[in-house]
Amino acid sequence: MAVETTTEVELVDLAASPLRDLNRRLHELAGSDSRPDRWRVVNTNGAHAVACGLDAPIEVEVAGHVGYYCAGMNQRATVRISGNAGTGVAENMMSGTVIVGGNVSQSAGASGRGGLLVVHGDAGARCGISMKGVDIVVRGSIGHLSAFMAQRGTLVVCGDAGEALGDSIYETHIYVRGRVAGLGADCVEKEFRAHHRAELHSLLERGGFDDVDPSGFRRYGSARTLYNFKIDNAGAY
Amino acid sequence: MCGIVGLFCKSPRIEPRLGEYLSAMLVQMDDRGPDSAGVAVYRTPAPAGWSKLTLYSHDPCMAWDVLWGELAEAFGGVEALDGRARHVVALVEGEVQEIDTWIRRRRPDLRVMSAGSVIEIYKDVGRPRLFAETVGLGDFRGSHGLGHTRMATESRVTTEGSHPFSTGQDVCLVHNGSLSNHNRLRASLRREGMVFQTENDTEVAAAYLTWRLREGATLEQALEGCLSDLDGFYTFLVGTADGFAVLRDPIACKPAVVAETDDWVAMASEYRAIAVLPGAADARIWEPEPSVVYTWEKALV
Repeated sequence: MAVETTTEVELVDLAASPLRDLNRRLHELAGSDSRPDRWRVVNTNGAHAVACGLDAPIEVEVAGHVGYYCAGMNQRATVRISGNAGTGVAENMMSGTVIVGGNVSQSAGASGRGGLLVVHGDAGARCGISMKGVDIVVRGSIGHLSAFMAQRGTLVVCGDAGEALGDSIYETHIYVRGRVAGLGADCVEKEFRAHHRAELHSLLERGGFDDVDPSGFRRYGSARTLYNFKIDNAGAY
Repeated sequence: MCGIVGLFCKSPRIEPRLGEYLSAMLVQMDDRGPDSAGVAVYRTPAPAGWSKLTLYSHDPCMAWDVLWGELAEAFGGVEALDGRARHVVALVEGEVQEIDTWIRRRRPDLRVMSAGSVIEIYKDVGRPRLFAETVGLGDFRGSHGLGHTRMATESRVTTEGSHPFSTGQDVCLVHNGSLSNHNRLRASLRREGMVFQTENDTEVAAAYLTWRLREGATLEQALEGCLSDLDGFYTFLVGTADGFAVLRDPIACKPAVVAETDDWVAMASEYRAIAVLPGAADARIWEPEPSVVYTWEKALV
């Protein structure tokens, strides 16, 4: 009856059982047969570090609002948060997908190396700070100092961006549809070529934003005057 | 790190439970500030011609009756309202500034925690959870209140260094963050006649607001002045007779969440402090923008 077990959802009520138990059980799935592979967490009430450090091909549905570092260091798992998330959601993510139904606070997707972070609401300050390969798609707007020192990966913003976007940026690609309050040091608007359109289209699709028209976006990236960019190393990005 | 909470009752049916909710919010922020805790509660206005003061004595055997006798002689009517954890709230017949000055001059052993007509301030060192119990915070009825849990970084852990800081009649300040130009600003505020009890950075911000308000600035103008005159990190929550105000510095690395329903407006460092309120899950929730002064007042909400 293996088919049935995969459709069962393991329900965890954080009002009834400690958060550490939940995270320990989720961590134990790494290296095992990853069963149960569907989880639902309720009564989060803004708790910190919900579903952190996962490393298994599982789906975790978090019903409600969460505090800091939800789904941080994620690998392979898909984490869906129905409400808002506090500071550092999906920070240092390596792979997998994190989807937030509401708004996220500062440092969303910070230093992420891979995977996809989707935010259906707005993101606060420092979204994608020091991102190193993660892709971030935001339906709303993002706050100031976003993509600060961003190295790799892609940041897509359907709304507006705050002050100092992409300050000291390396090779992250940034696409913004709305108004940019100001560009940070060494961040400039760049030419929008056909392969950028394809990249943007693919990210909007992966984010589930099929209704968003890719033609209204502008592209931003590094002027490459602040760091030692050598064309011979272009393949590294 | 420190914790901030604030609750403003839009609906009168919340008011009887203000203390209970504020206490639950404060306890949620216990681990953000385990050194000290404090609250300002706005309740039971003093009658016309009377002033309301919260006084604190380090001496558990303080002879309050002697003080009441001296105050009655100097001003007229005196009524001690409530005593909690070495704080006593008193009504005194007369002009609040004169009474405040009289107590500070005649009784330097006492601390005037608050002065005005509606505000009461209680604060002390120790775990916020314990503080809420000792003060009996759950009993308070009132229109609005704010609280703070302190993790000290800039100065000593003392009752005087705890928040909220009084910043004039019925106005007080709580702060998450640290100011870097407080020594120089303290020196210039001393020249303006401001008096300081601690080496605390937040006391300087409070004195700055007191000074600006005294010079005729509106609360909004005084807070906007912080953006140019204060250097450092801050999320401020300011309590006034009619409501409260929020300001975050331009970098805004210190957290702040605001939530609003038909019944209340709440502000806190983190959502988990708001989650204890009825209807929180369906509240409108957002983060205050940096460098923007937000105010909520009875007349406006």
